[in-house]
Amino acid sequence: MKARVYVTLKPSVFDPQGRVVADALVTLGYQDVTDVRQGKFFEVELADADPATAKARVTEMADKLLANPVIESYRVEVLQ
Amino acid sequence: MKFSVVVFPGSNSDYDAFYAASKVIGADAELVWHKDTDLKGADVVILPGGFAHGDYLRTGAIARFSPIMGAVKAFAERGGAVLGICNGFQVLLEAGLLPGAMVRNDRIKFVSRIVPVRVEQTDTPFTGACASKQVLHLPIAHGEGNYYAPPDVLEQLEAHRQVIFRYTDPSGQVSADHNPNGSLNSIAGICNRQRNVVGLMPHPERASEAALGSADGRVVLDSAVRALGEGMLRHA
Repeated sequence: MKARVYVTLKPSVFDPQGRVVADALVTLGYQDVTDVRQGKFFEVELADADPATAKARVTEMADKLLANPVIESYRVEVLQ
Repeated sequence: MKFSVVVFPGSNSDYDAFYAASKVIGADAELVWHKDTDLKGADVVILPGGFAHGDYLRTGAIARFSPIMGAVKAFAERGGAVLGICNGFQVLLEAGLLPGAMVRNDRIKFVSRIVPVRVEQTDTPFTGACASKQVLHLPIAHGEGNYYAPPDVLEQLEAHRQVIFRYTDPSGQVSADHNPNGSLNSIAGICNRQRNVVGLMPHPERASEAALGSADGRVVLDSAVRALGEGMLRHA
């Protein structure tokens, strides 16, 4: 069983890295870029588990370690 | 008087703190490996600067699981004096011993220079020997020192006088031009509600002798010595 976790800074937290990437894209000629938010992506391999249990366990992992809930939010996807 | 300095894999200011405590202050000091589980009779625990566990995932995120952190947490809960410097501050934030979090510096630069830092409160074990609103010149060296806390937490920090150090201009005035990393409210250091755990991004231990460019930081460790002398350190 595989799960994917997407971690991003909360909208209220300024993302300096994303801002720099956005500026670089504009410099490259992509004048239509107005903002970029940079995040993290995890693929978690789990030993046998049903999808509901896997989702619950990976959500717990995201909450305890993969994301810092003070500044980040996350989304968990379980793949079949 | 004994300072225990925790050494994580990737710490790089551990010896600076050990040197300042032992050679400059003249106290007992010991380096304690992160896999140890006892703090060797510490009166004061220092979590030093560096890049613990490579700063993988987030700064301080993995260090929080080092075996020694159980002892550090218990020590702090008993009222023991804990000082987190730079990466040590980040570890305290991730461990939940201090509120808030760090994000990348707003100008996306690693900042390494001596900056003015104003002492906001003197009723902590690490600022008791400072004058109120004293301006110290301390080195900073970090890429992620941009302090963030949600608005309600920030309000509580200010209300309970938990902001201990602020970046200012040399005359002690807060200004956006003298905020080196974008920290909210120009915060350079904070304490917990009980005031025994203090974290700051500047490096007082790297400014403990005139030969280092500034001796202003010495007062931070001198404060701990004074606190012990006054019976203000609890850790039994």
